[in-house]
Formats: sequence, structure tokens, C-alpha cells
Amino acid sequence: MHAESQIREPLIIGKKTYRDISNDIIAPIEGKANRLWYILFTIASITFMWGICCLSYTIGVGIGAWGSNNGVDWAWDITNFVWWIGIGHAGTLISAVLLLFRQKWRMAINRSAEAMTIFAVFCAAIFVLLHTGRPWLDYMLFPLPNQFGSLWPNFNSPLLWDVFAVSTYATVSIVFWYIGLIPDFAMIRDRVIKPRMKKTYSILSFGWGGSARHWSRFEEVSLVLAGLATPLVFSVHSIVSMDFATSVVPGWHTTIFPPYFVSGAVFSGFAMVLTLMIIVRKVYKLEAYLTIKHIEYMNIVIIVTGSIVGVAYLTELFVAWYSGVEWEQYAFLNRATGPMAWAYWIMMSCNVLSPQFFWFKKLRTSIAFTFVLSIVINIGMWFERFVIIVPTLCRTYLPSTWNSYTPSFIDVGIFVGTIGMFFTLFLLYSRTFPVIAQAELKSILKASGESYKKEAVEHAHH
Amino acid sequence: MNTDKLNFVVPSKAKMTSMVLMAVGLVSIICMFMFDKQPDDHHYHQTRAWANVFVGSFFFTAIALGASFFLGLQYAAEAGWATTIKRIIEAVTWYLPVGLSFLLLMFILGQMHMHTIYPWMAEGIATKGSENYDAIIAAKIGYFGVFWWVRTLLYMAAWIMFTWKLRKNSLDADQLGHEEAKGFHWKNVKLSAWFMVVFAVTSSTSAWDWIMSIDTHWFSTMMGWYIFSGMWVSAMITVTILIVWLKHLGYLEFVTESTIHDMGKWMFAISFLWTYLYFSQFMLIWYADIPEEITYFQTRWESYKALMWTVFFVNFAFPMLMLMSRDSKRNFFFLMFVGTIIFIGHYLDIVMVVMPGTVGHHWTGLSWMELGTFLFFLGLFIYVVLNNLSKRPLAVKNHPFLSESLHHSI
Repeated sequence: MHAESQIREPLIIGKKTYRDISNDIIAPIEGKANRLWYILFTIASITFMWGICCLSYTIGVGIGAWGSNNGVDWAWDITNFVWWIGIGHAGTLISAVLLLFRQKWRMAINRSAEAMTIFAVFCAAIFVLLHTGRPWLDYMLFPLPNQFGSLWPNFNSPLLWDVFAVSTYATVSIVFWYIGLIPDFAMIRDRVIKPRMKKTYSILSFGWGGSARHWSRFEEVSLVLAGLATPLVFSVHSIVSMDFATSVVPGWHTTIFPPYFVSGAVFSGFAMVLTLMIIVRKVYKLEAYLTIKHIEYMNIVIIVTGSIVGVAYLTELFVAWYSGVEWEQYAFLNRATGPMAWAYWIMMSCNVLSPQFFWFKKLRTSIAFTFVLSIVINIGMWFERFVIIVPTLCRTYLPSTWNSYTPSFIDVGIFVGTIGMFFTLFLLYSRTFPVIAQAELKSILKASGESYKKEAVEHAHH
Repeated sequence: MNTDKLNFVVPSKAKMTSMVLMAVGLVSIICMFMFDKQPDDHHYHQTRAWANVFVGSFFFTAIALGASFFLGLQYAAEAGWATTIKRIIEAVTWYLPVGLSFLLLMFILGQMHMHTIYPWMAEGIATKGSENYDAIIAAKIGYFGVFWWVRTLLYMAAWIMFTWKLRKNSLDADQLGHEEAKGFHWKNVKLSAWFMVVFAVTSSTSAWDWIMSIDTHWFSTMMGWYIFSGMWVSAMITVTILIVWLKHLGYLEFVTESTIHDMGKWMFAISFLWTYLYFSQFMLIWYADIPEEITYFQTRWESYKALMWTVFFVNFAFPMLMLMSRDSKRNFFFLMFVGTIIFIGHYLDIVMVVMPGTVGHHWTGLSWMELGTFLFFLGLFIYVVLNNLSKRPLAVKNHPFLSESLHHSI
């Protein structure tokens, strides 16, 4: 018998039945899009197209079109790559780690978080493919036999580890996401009337029949995939951090980088999930499933991961001083007081100070405040990567090589373009996919639904 | 429910065992201080003996602290599954005052120059012209001395206070009615949130102060989290072994197999966390190979190679292979067996962390000295924890998540 304590707040508000859940989740797919959706879609796709223009220009003339220069040879490209990969982390964390922790509240957000992960990985991939300068030769990233005309890649390089880590991560994320979608596609298949839609969703649902055996296999596979995906949550961003930490550049080479990057990734990922879900619950009227309690839980994750990141920042600062190594000390002094100190302080205030507002229950249960803060955090996390990369490269060991950095409008264009692409994909997804994992949600209705919880209390009193 | 099994009585055999362990350990510690000499090195003052006592003091204190952290984590995360084993965790936490007293004594003796575990405690270390002068330590001496002592006392006070209050609220809640008890529950939730914040900072800083400063020249940003993961997994192993043993004696009927399975998962998962942090620290230092950092692993590589690899494989491969399957986490013999091995593995981890910075190249491999000290502290720990366990009912009564835990089934 499963028991749920009465002091736990309900995760589904109101008197919902299984049928209501189906109706509510299928509504955006069956119905017509409203004006707000078209406005958002237009903005997103125009931005996306601008990004494509800047991207094509880069392919045409080479990466000289960027602001990167002789000293600062890594700038916005790697910053954006790490930022997007980081955002992608929340999806796997929510779907895999929170599954292993049996957190029921994940069921309202896991589907969209996973979709977000996949789109974010696409955005990140653009920068990897593009920064090589000759994207038509990108197959050389893989260890192909020498007959293909390339030398074997350098297995000692964390950049190569990235290729493996990120492609594995993308594959497992997509499989995980798709497996979860099968019962939901089947529900849509059974509901829609238009023949073409019926046909499409019946192909997508792989002949799901909903028998006990199907469910048993489904759960087995989910658990196995969760077990596989959990180490991936750690490995991907750890390896991303090793791109920096294996080097002997002061400010980059520090042992705390792997776990600190993972925590930062989850932090920014949750912020992005909040940004998206606050919009989704409003546009598609899903307030009953994405409750204030869900937002509160996510905000608590944000406090925790943000504070872990804060502890890591302070650890780095302290150990730089404690080490007695002049180069280390200067790297951090330069970040905090050098010509790009503004970026450092944006990072500090957005990532370490701003989440502390969520200690107040009033603020962490306020939708408007959460929405604003979720964007503030993602700005902060972009600056974190910028601060690690650019000010460090501006001032390395040899003062005569010190220089500055300004991005070109192509840099900005590609970055903004990926944001456009991300939202374009997400908006399309939200009109064709079930945005909440309804099959999973139904499994907690009787234990965590508001009306059922009330009934249980009344039952206990009689 | 069998009511005479709700209060734990320390079995005389267990009491006897802990006494024998302490006695054997004490004799070996005394012998260790008599025999630990290096006639050709005038800087060596029974260093290995002192370092061993420090390892024993630290390791078991860390277990209690790890249990305290886990107790707080349960409240802060609104976790319900572990409610039935809360009293076991609480019993482990209250070794804290005993363990911290040992540590404090070690620190005081160090300050009195009885031992040389902490190089920065040496007289004249920051005074130019002194024969002990060390320029690198002198540059950071402001962090040590009085400031170090203030921090040390603050950590101890804070941990004791939080643990004491969490335990008190938990017991008080059971003296009241079901509804009134909720107030105590929420109090503990709030208290735990604060504890988590304090712990997040102090677990790292105390690891720098007490462990990293043994190798005073060396530095690693990971050290705090690395020590933390070790104490966490040791605490999970201890609690699991205790539960399995109590079940074996016929206690804890109300603890479901699923709860024990979950404890097995924690042992498994935190073993991976430890491995992850160990590997990250090692790999990054090995890869960059810069003189400021690599010295740390160089000493270990040269004089402690066997120990280093043993620690890594016992604490990583062993739990990974043995605890992967669901059945193994539900097999009590297996949990006991694997738990005992990785428990020793984590003790050796602390040995490996402490010895190279103190004993250095005088190390001759594990010996009766390490074993004897381990047995003494193990006996003491068992004695104190079982005594704590017998002072409170084994079952919680009023916890709002109790029904979830009683019906826990996965």
C-alpha cells in the first residue's frame, strides 16, 4: 500500500479526473493557436533567421568575422556552448535524478524540461560545429580511419572527450524523452479525429496498447535509462569544465571545477525551465498541474544549486589567496577589479545574491518575481562563463600580450539567433507534443490530487 | 508490533566486544607511542603514533557529523521514507561530542608542541631568521593561529548545537499529541535549513583547516567536498550496518525491506560521489602536473602506492560491482559484508590523506599501529552509539511522515 502524508501539499489542484487530464493536455494540440502564440512564434523565428544570416556569413568568410583575436581566441563561441549545454542539464536532472529520488512533482515538468534539453543541446552543437572555421570538415572530430584524410584526433584532449560526452548525452536524452512520449502519443492517437493526425500519432506511438506488459516494460526501460542518464548529468558538464581545468591557465586550472560546473548547469537549467513553464502554464491554462508548489520546489533547487555555486566561487577566491601563487592571485584580482570587473560583479550578484531572495516564502511563491529572477539567473550564468573565459585570456602570463576583447555584431547575431531557434523549436513542440507527461501524472492523481487528499482526510475522520 | 522490542537494550556480548576492542586498542596505542621512533630524523617525534590517533579521532567524528548532516537533509528535503530509521541516525550523530573532544585535545596538544601534525603550529614558522622559518607558510600565517582557533571552536559549537536541538525536538515531538507534534516537525525543518547552510560552509572550511593544512604548502579547491563525500558515505554505511544488525537481533520490525534497500542505494550512490570527486581532483592535478600541486600526489605515488590504489579500488570498484543489483541491496549478509569492507576502505582513505603530510617517507606500509588505533576508536564508537541507542525508544511516534515510511514499498 502506498501512503502519502497529509502535510504534503497536493500536486494537482481542484477536482480533476483522468478524463480531465487527457482533455487539458490535448487541448493545445487539438485546438487552434491563439494570437499570443503567433506573436511569440513570429518574433522567435525572425530572430532565428537573423542568426542563420550571421551564421552563413561566418561560414562564408571564416571566423575572422567574430570578435575573437590573437590572445582571446576563445570567446563568445565557447561561452555560448557552455551556457547552452548547462541549460540542457536540468532536463536530465529532472527526468533521471528526480525519478530515482521518487520526486512526484517532477511529473508536471519533466516532459518540457527534456524537450528543452534537446533543443539546448542543438543550440550548443551549432557553436561546436561552427568554431572549427570549416564546418564541412567537422567529421574530423570523430576518430575515423586515416584513409578519410584526417589524422586521428588527440585522445588526450578534453575537447575530444566533449565530442563523445555530448553526443552520448544527446542520444540518451532523446531516447529517454521519446520513450516517455510513447504512451502520451497513444493517448493522442486514440483521441484525435482528423485522419492525418491519427495516422501520424499512431506511427509515433509505436503501436502502444497500454497492456500491463507494456507498462511493465515501460517502467523497466525508464529505470534503466534513468540509471544511464544520471552519470551523464555529471559527466557532460564535468568534461566541459575539464576543457578549462586541465590547462595550466591560472583561473582555469582548479580542482573544484567539475562538480562546480555541474551545479551551475543545474542551476541555470532550472532557471530556464522556470522561464518556459511559467509561460506554458499561462498560455495553455495548466495552472492545475503546474502549481505554485511546483514553482516553489524549483525555486528551492535554485537556492541550493545557486548557493553551491556561491560556495565554489568563494572557495576559488580563498584558495587563490591561500595558494600563495602569484599568478592565481592575480587571475582573481583581475576578474574582480580589472577592466572587466563589471562582468564579474554581474555574475556575483545574479548568481549568488539574487537566489537568496528565495529564502522568503513570499518571494519564492510569487510567479512574477520568479519569472524575473529566472531570467536574471540565466544572464548571470552566461556572464559566469564569459568571466571565466574572456578576462582570463585578456591577461595571461606575458603582460606584453595583454589585450582586450569586443564582440562583433556577428557574434551577437549568432548567439541571439540560437535563442530564437530555441524558442522556435519550443513553440512548435508545445503545439504538437503533450507538454506534460499525462500518463505519469495520472499515476499520482489519487495520491496527490487535491480532491482525493481531502476525501482521504474526511474518510479518516468518519 | 512486538512491544518489548521497541526499546533497545545493549546486549552484553556487544558491550563486552566494545570493551575488548577498546582495551586491545589502548594497549596498542601505548605500545605504538613506545616503539614509534626514527633515530636518524630529529624532526620525528612519534609522528606516526600521533597521526594515527588523529586519523581515528577524525574519522569517527566525521561519521557522526555525516549522520547529522543526513538527519538535517531528511527534514530539509521533506523526505518521508527514512522516518522509521530516524532514531538510528540520531544515535550515530551523538558520538559528536565525544569525537570532537578527542579532536580538540589533539589540537591543544599540537599547540603545546607535543606533536607536529600541523607544520604551521611550529614556533617561529613565520619569523624571519628562525630555523623553522617557512616563507610559503609565513605568507598565509594570518589564516592560522588565533583565527584558526576561533573557527575551530565555532564549528564545534555550531555542529553540537544544531545536532542537539534536532535530537531534542525529535524526542519532544513524541511526548505530545499527534497534532502538537507537527509544530516540532516544522521547527526541525526550519532548523535543518539553517543547519544545511552552516554545514555547506563549515564542512569545507573545516576540511581546509583540519585536513588540508596538514600539507600546509599544498592547496586544492576540491578538498572540502572530497572530505565531505567521504564522511557522508561512511555515515551511510554505519547506519545501514546498524539497522541490519538490529534487525538480526529482532528489533526494528517496523522498518521495511525497501527502507534498507534505499540505504543500500545511498551507499552505492555516495560511493560514486566520492569516486567522482577523488578522480576529478587526482586527474586534474596529474594532467596539469604543476609543481605547486603535484607534490601532493608525488609523495603518495612514491611511498604510498599500494595504499593509494587499494583505497581507490575498494571504495569505487567494490561497491560498484557488489551493490549494483537490486537483490544485493536486499540481502542483509551482502550489505554487512560490502559495508564493512568499504567502511575500512574509507578509514584507509583518511590514513592516506593524513600520513604522507606527517609521516612522509618514513611510512613502511600498514601495520599493527594503524590496526590498533582503529580498534580503539571503533570500540569507543560502538560503545557510545549503542549507549545512545538504548536511551531512546527505537520507533518515532508522531512524525507526520511516519505512515509513508511504515508503508514504504518499492
